[in-house]
Amino acid sequence: MAAGFKTAEPLEYHRSFLKENCRPDGRELSEFRTTTLNIGSISTADGSALVKMGNTTIICGIKAVKAPEDVPNVDLPPLCSSRFRPGPPGEQAQAASQFIADVIERCDRLLYILLSFHQMYLCWVLYCDIMCLDYDGNILDACIIALLAALKNTQLPEITINKETCTPEVNPAKRCGLHIHKHPVGASFCIFDGSILIVDPTAEEESLSTSQLTVVTDEAGRLCSLHKPGGTSLSGEKLQECISRATARQREIQKLIDKVIQSVKTAQ
Amino acid sequence: MEVCGSSNVSLREFGCEQSLLSRPDGSSSFVQGDTSVMAGVYGPAEVKVSKEIYDRAILEVLIQPKVGLPSVRERSQEQCVRETCEASLLLSLHPRSSLTLILQVLHDDGSLLSCCLNAACMALMDAGLPMSCLFCGVTCAITAEGEIITDPTAAQEKESRALMTFAIDSAERRVMMSSTKGSFSVHELQQCIAVSQKASEKIFQFYRDSVKRRYSKTH
Repeated sequence: MAAGFKTAEPLEYHRSFLKENCRPDGRELSEFRTTTLNIGSISTADGSALVKMGNTTIICGIKAVKAPEDVPNVDLPPLCSSRFRPGPPGEQAQAASQFIADVIERCDRLLYILLSFHQMYLCWVLYCDIMCLDYDGNILDACIIALLAALKNTQLPEITINKETCTPEVNPAKRCGLHIHKHPVGASFCIFDGSILIVDPTAEEESLSTSQLTVVTDEAGRLCSLHKPGGTSLSGEKLQECISRATARQREIQKLIDKVIQSVKTAQ
Repeated sequence: MEVCGSSNVSLREFGCEQSLLSRPDGSSSFVQGDTSVMAGVYGPAEVKVSKEIYDRAILEVLIQPKVGLPSVRERSQEQCVRETCEASLLLSLHPRSSLTLILQVLHDDGSLLSCCLNAACMALMDAGLPMSCLFCGVTCAITAEGEIITDPTAAQEKESRALMTFAIDSAERRVMMSSTKGSFSVHELQQCIAVSQKASEKIFQFYRDSVKRRYSKTH
């Protein structure tokens, strides 16, 4: 009977839960879904990470190419949800790609390995591909976590200059990691009926919400991005609430990533 | 052509013209300094059965850059403009219809997204579509020294440490849309929002004056 009510009147179904200050899947309004992280699963990539937040699954692979742009590409294939059709990337995938590019563009947290020898500068270009395997809402957060974890996991081969031919040579046997200075982590919220704020929305909640908001913070407490693509307006206090919740989330996720990287290192 | 001078919140000179195109139901051109955007609105019109929504109209936004084909950057700007317009239009008055908003960038000298939002709002007004509130776009840039500049030029945007665009609604002056680039502190964010709200007053006054002047001329 509840299933029938949910299909016929999805908004009323959600409202009846929100009145009791909880959500259909049993979470509190300000509770995130359990996040699990798995790194190094793709052996052919230089760095990879798989993130699961509830049902939402995002995988990120990084390939390093020696050449003269770091453009993250977010792919939402028909595999992850029935709302995406096959063909060229839709608006949501493109908007997500642009969002991730904006978050990391001015972050200057990657140390590009520069070699200067006889006025020759080389740098690595990292190609990041992010693919969604299961779409259950809140892909922007999961994409950022996957990208960050994959970058921490990336091992670049060492470059030496061959003295005789004066050209750079790649030594795939020796590898060194990247230095990451800043760790941006996002927290997404959505607003119901213009006033109720919920954290980490599922796909159903996203489709019924009147507005969505993503706040990306880094460990210094600075904001890297405040992305609110339209929707009903937001008051100053609600915005402040979101920012404090996002800062708390940043610390949790940073601990999770460090723990996973540490466990991989000790296992090797 | 209406022109309003810049003032102590230092917005560039802006101007606007409505009903300049004959084919669209509503059209406008908005100029901020050297940045200029033209908007055209078609609707409410027929919609493909695959796209229709049973209880409200569907809004499509297309942003055409000055040179080249629309790319990923234009898609994310389209998403921002579309969701802002959807929140302020009364879409449930036109179920199973489509509204199309096309924005053509004529010249980009900074603050492009806010110029697009302003042109969109004026075009929607010109088309006579029912709206619950008006909206305007304001761009703020934070320089490396920590100074806040409103309505930056392209050169100022390039040198800035952070760039933020807000859409402010006319009813309660709250933030409807926010798109930011670069890192900044919470205090700087709040300062920028306050500055944008002040700047929005000027823009809303300008909307009022230009519409008043236009209708007093024809009748």
